[in-house]
Amino acid sequence: MTQEATHDELGEYQGEHHDHGPAKGLTRWITTTNHKDIGTLYLWLAFIMLLFGGAMAMVIRAELFQPGLQFVEPDFFNQMTTMHGLIMVFGAIMPAFVGLANWLIPMMIGAPDMALPRMNNWSFWLLPFAFTILASTLFMEGGAPAFGWTFYAPLSTTFAPDSTDFFIVAIHLMGISSVMGSINIIATILNMRAPGMTMMKMPLFVWTWLITAYLLIAVMPVLAGAVTMMLTDRHFGTSFFDAAGGGDPVMFQHIFWFFGHPEVYIMILPAFGIVSAILPTFARKRLFGYSSMVYATASIAILSFMVWAHHMFTVGMPIAGELYFMYATILISIPTGVKIFNWVSTMWRGSMTFETPMLWAIGFIVMFTIGGLSGLMLGVAPVDTQYHDTYFVVAHFHYVLVTGALYSIIAAFYYWVPKWTGHMYNETHGKIHFWWSTIAVNVLFFPQHFLGLAGMPRRIPDYSLQFAEFNMISSMGGFAFGLAQIFFLYIVVKTIKGGKKASGQVWEGATGLEFEQLSSPPPYHSFTKAPDIKD
Amino acid sequence: MNLSKFIRRGAIALAGLASMLMVSSLHAEYAFNMTKGVTPISRQIYDLHMIVFWICAVVGIAVFAVMAWSIIYHRKSRGAVAASFHESTTVEVIWTVAPLIVLIAIAIPATITLIDLEDAKTNADINLQVTGIQWKWKYSYLDEDISFISSLAQSSRDVIKDPTGKENYLLEVDQPVVLPINKKIRFLFNSSDVIHAWWVPELAVKQDVIPGYINDSWAIIEKTGTYRGQCAELCGKDHGFMPIVVEAVTQPEYEQWIAGKKAEAVAVAAAAELQWSMQDLLAQGETVYRTNCLACHGATGAGIPGIFPAMTNSTVATGGVAEHMNVVMNGRSGTAMAAYKAQLSDVDLAAVITFERNSLGNSVGDMVQPSAIKNAR
Amino acid sequence: MSTASSDDYYVPHGTHWPIIGSIGLTLTVIGLVRFLHGAELTMMFLGIATVIFMMFGWFGQVIDESMAGYYNKQVDMSFRWGMGWFIFSEVMFFGAFFGVLFYTRVYSIPWLAGASNNDATAWLLWPDFEAAWPLLAVPLADKFAVAREAMGAWGLPAINTAILLTSGFTLTLAHHALRRQDRVWLVYWLFATVALGFLFVFLQAVEYSHAYSELNLRLDSGIYGSTFYLLTGFHGFHVTMGAIMLLVIMIRSMKGHFSPDKHFGFEAVAWYWHFVDVVWLGLFIFVYWI
Ligand code: HEA
Ligand code: HEA
Ligand code: HEC
Ligand code: CUA
Ligand SMILES: [Cu+2]
Repeated sequence: MTQEATHDELGEYQGEHHDHGPAKGLTRWITTTNHKDIGTLYLWLAFIMLLFGGAMAMVIRAELFQPGLQFVEPDFFNQMTTMHGLIMVFGAIMPAFVGLANWLIPMMIGAPDMALPRMNNWSFWLLPFAFTILASTLFMEGGAPAFGWTFYAPLSTTFAPDSTDFFIVAIHLMGISSVMGSINIIATILNMRAPGMTMMKMPLFVWTWLITAYLLIAVMPVLAGAVTMMLTDRHFGTSFFDAAGGGDPVMFQHIFWFFGHPEVYIMILPAFGIVSAILPTFARKRLFGYSSMVYATASIAILSFMVWAHHMFTVGMPIAGELYFMYATILISIPTGVKIFNWVSTMWRGSMTFETPMLWAIGFIVMFTIGGLSGLMLGVAPVDTQYHDTYFVVAHFHYVLVTGALYSIIAAFYYWVPKWTGHMYNETHGKIHFWWSTIAVNVLFFPQHFLGLAGMPRRIPDYSLQFAEFNMISSMGGFAFGLAQIFFLYIVVKTIKGGKKASGQVWEGATGLEFEQLSSPPPYHSFTKAPDIKD
Repeated sequence: MNLSKFIRRGAIALAGLASMLMVSSLHAEYAFNMTKGVTPISRQIYDLHMIVFWICAVVGIAVFAVMAWSIIYHRKSRGAVAASFHESTTVEVIWTVAPLIVLIAIAIPATITLIDLEDAKTNADINLQVTGIQWKWKYSYLDEDISFISSLAQSSRDVIKDPTGKENYLLEVDQPVVLPINKKIRFLFNSSDVIHAWWVPELAVKQDVIPGYINDSWAIIEKTGTYRGQCAELCGKDHGFMPIVVEAVTQPEYEQWIAGKKAEAVAVAAAAELQWSMQDLLAQGETVYRTNCLACHGATGAGIPGIFPAMTNSTVATGGVAEHMNVVMNGRSGTAMAAYKAQLSDVDLAAVITFERNSLGNSVGDMVQPSAIKNAR
Repeated sequence: MSTASSDDYYVPHGTHWPIIGSIGLTLTVIGLVRFLHGAELTMMFLGIATVIFMMFGWFGQVIDESMAGYYNKQVDMSFRWGMGWFIFSEVMFFGAFFGVLFYTRVYSIPWLAGASNNDATAWLLWPDFEAAWPLLAVPLADKFAVAREAMGAWGLPAINTAILLTSGFTLTLAHHALRRQDRVWLVYWLFATVALGFLFVFLQAVEYSHAYSELNLRLDSGIYGSTFYLLTGFHGFHVTMGAIMLLVIMIRSMKGHFSPDKHFGFEAVAWYWHFVDVVWLGLFIFVYWI
């Protein structure tokens, strides 16, 4: 195996310097083909978007702090809700996971880089343009899209402001980015593993991302189809979503959720992989049930294509459809349960310590389970007719998204940042960040269950007085949680700038190529020579 | 921390939480849980909800208990040494099959409830058509030839900046829909613009209201009373201001109400025959404008730039009467501007057009009489 | 199949093509939106030109590197996975539109006429509407001017089917020629394929003009026109792209870029062409025939 870098010979052809280091200045970031650089870019984009989308959430929570209209007009409130959802989903959570994939997958499978490095750059560099277009709609006449992140027709076609067309093309660009990114990840995982790294030896993070990438490739084009039909309905006289011409507004929802439901698993499967990496390290015990974890992930992914209409239990489907989608939906609890049980068994009779990443991972398991169980309740079709479009749903999905997806991303940051930068974060700060966030996030989202059950619809800027107390509590939790993330920003910057030196192994119990075979920080090109894989 | 201490602290925290919940539940009637409602279906749904909830609670507590145990006892600081087991097909099978059984236990009552819930078509006593309109509801009693529009009451609009102490804020309407108890009512839902959803928690009816298609649902209300709900599907700017109020009354009261409504309709038709004075038209027009047009075209007629055109100095509202009548009566297809001839009476149309021409910063000076509207229909 | 070959994996240094591509695409889409709101097409064309420039540059660089022998088996494999899954994503894109076709035909149109749990839809809203496919009478006739007549299957569409199938065949012959290092026949068969491809597009244009002028089958003819034009239109667009790609491959063949054991560029385009072919069969069956 001579994986000597080829670029030396190519240096001349490329007309660039012969060392392996990055280019300098801004050019480095714009032209980079290095998986670590691109990973960093993705992660920063995600963080900025988290703050941006979070700021909108703060507007929402401020308006809902007490009954009556105080700060914003109803239409602007709807713009905030819509943009908050879109930015968080497409701008914060997804890019963060892609960033982690970029950083980690080549290191975890012993590859020199991603399989298609130039395309990798393009996948990233479409996003800043897409989000600039999306954000610019806020300043257009008629305002930004205000039809919810689910953009149901005909509110998003016939009845939407002109800026909707910019939203449509922004989604197209994001879709192209996601598809290219996923192709790259698949090619990397299937083709770039070091000799001896068989599929069933891959870390679960790699497995979950492989499956996630398949989900993305399968559903992003469908989303592209949906927005394309919106565009033609808006401007070229087609009648896909207009009954007057033989179409059906509900068909839009079917297409959207055929994308949308796998999409929510796209936002959670990599999280499962992260938690499966962190728990064994701090329990000092091998992950329980590796192969069943792989099968469970695959089952979740396959089932995710067959349950979409559980978001549509009130649209008036024929009863056979309602029954089928109910059964399929609640079935997902089984593979997900397998994962939870495997994690608990990993902790069982381990020798645990509770450094910051472990805290976030345990927080993830507990609160994701709460969110999953409320999801199971939502899956029961006749009862969902009462839960649907209330704050009970909002509580459900923030438990799985914020204390699920976002928590796993933060856990991943604390777990791998010493590896990435060579600096330890400040343990006290990390713990404060965890406890502060965890108390706040429960004050923020737990009362929303009660609000929903008591009958508060979602996406409303104002509400009747019986909902006042819980909204106030929720808003206070929201502000506290927001401030905690400002603190997180401080921790991130401080850790990048400096800190205690981290060893290559970083954590006593850490396993995996990136910890066992690479220094902290790792060289610019991790594995120019394929590593030896032990059995 | 040892176990007993852990349990003690946990118990204190739980007790604290519980008392907090109880205190605040004194304020609002059903602040924490779903309502049991007043229909057979709502009770079935409530029971199912409680079953699933308790199953979830038990599963959750079991999982968390095991986790808590190992967090307390299997920590390195207590000298725990890691075991080396990492696989067991037996337990994997057990924790695949056990949840499956739980799910079947949920699915059976859920299927039964769902079948009942969908049974709208048989034996309806009353057919009520409910039409969603941005941002109000139109009710048509198909068996009685009565219809009217119900929108957010002015008293709620008045206190929108500070609703402190306002009872039923945002949950009151100008004209509630009246229904008799112990009759099977079939609701037929459709929309004239975007998707809405008609939801009254106590009736356990939540059904999307879809333009171009008709969905149905049903209820047998078992108790007289006033039941309030809201639109439950994002439908644009004033989605949060689209309440529903159902008055459930006894059969005789219902019949009396029907008779009253019919008499009202006769009076409205008669009013359309009269010649109206400018003053009366303007007064009536202002009311109509406020309940029907203000949401889009604004209190002062300024509209919202980029979405809803201004009425002030609008070429239509200050131009020829015919075109003005045409826009208001027939709407502009493919926009939010609805055809109001289906919603408003001759008098109301005449009044609101006259109002737009001579108020909101316009002063064209002419009038539209109800008879002109009648001819134009 | 763990794969690491005995020589090195080529990792390129920095590249400026992606950022140019991003700017190009951004200009294209913003230009499109501005056009829809009344502006000129200038910006969109500028964007498209930028994207084309980017493609020439990027692919040119890849071809040069490939010719210089920097790509080993493993790199080749990455390209294969990449192209394969790209085509799969295209399948899903078409899947969305086929899904729409099936959904309207099987569900929503019968529902508008009262099927399933929609009895009231029929008697309250559309008492005169009758379910049919192709849908020549829409529920609200004055909003959408419908087609007078459906597009038949056995005229141009059948000819086009034969053309595309033949082109798939000629492409395979080209591939065989390539394998036996017969550059003359390789180019001939490729030329035939390209010609058939463009002939297909031309005939489709003829068919469209027939549809517009004689059948009144238009983009805004209700759901029939909508599905007809989006499905066949996107397919036609793909055929055009594929034919252009084949043209490039033909030119590269003339330059002798491909060897019997190393010609992934050729194969990628061939896969794409066959994919386009298969989609057409689906269209012919479900849009035109049954
Ligand atoms: C990360 C994202 C994520 C995840 C993982 C999930 C997971 C699940 N979701 Fe959620 N969901 C969303 C994101 C997510 N959801 C979003 C964003 C929305 C709203 C979209 C919108 O309208 O804007 C939504 C809405 C939503 C609805 C629609 C509600 C409505 O609008 O009326 C439904 C209905 O079925 C649902 C169900 C489920 C189910 C059954 C799961 C299951 O996967 C959960 C499985 C997990 C468990 C069940 C817990 C652990 C299991 C055990 C401990 C085993 C034992 C348990 C038993 C067998 C009881 N979700
Ligand atoms: C994908 C992930 C994701 C994440 C991480 C979040 C995070 C948050 N969400 Fe999100 N939310 C969604 C996805 C997400 N949400 C979706 C999909 C919807 C549905 C949209 C729709 O209906 O269409 C939604 C809807 C939604 C609603 C319902 C709106 C409505 O129905 O009208 C609410 C209301 O409370 C809410 C609140 C919050 C809050 C307080 C946070 C917090 O966790 C945010 C915390 C982060 C910050 C606050 C950033 C850091 C702070 C600053 C930038 C400075 C400002 C700070 C202060 C002033 C203290 N969200
Ligand atoms: C749901 C929103 C909405 C409501 C309610 C509404 N309108 Fe409109 N109206 C519009 C929109 C949007 C337009 C612009 C239509 C277009 O683009 O041509 C419009 C246009 C008009 C115009 C033409 C203005 C012009 O300059 O083109 C008149 C007159 C008008 N409305 C009167 C009314 C009256 C009278 C009412 C109440 C009875 C009313 N509108 C209620 C949305 C609304
Ligand atoms: Cu009507 Cu929301
Ligand atoms: Cu879902």
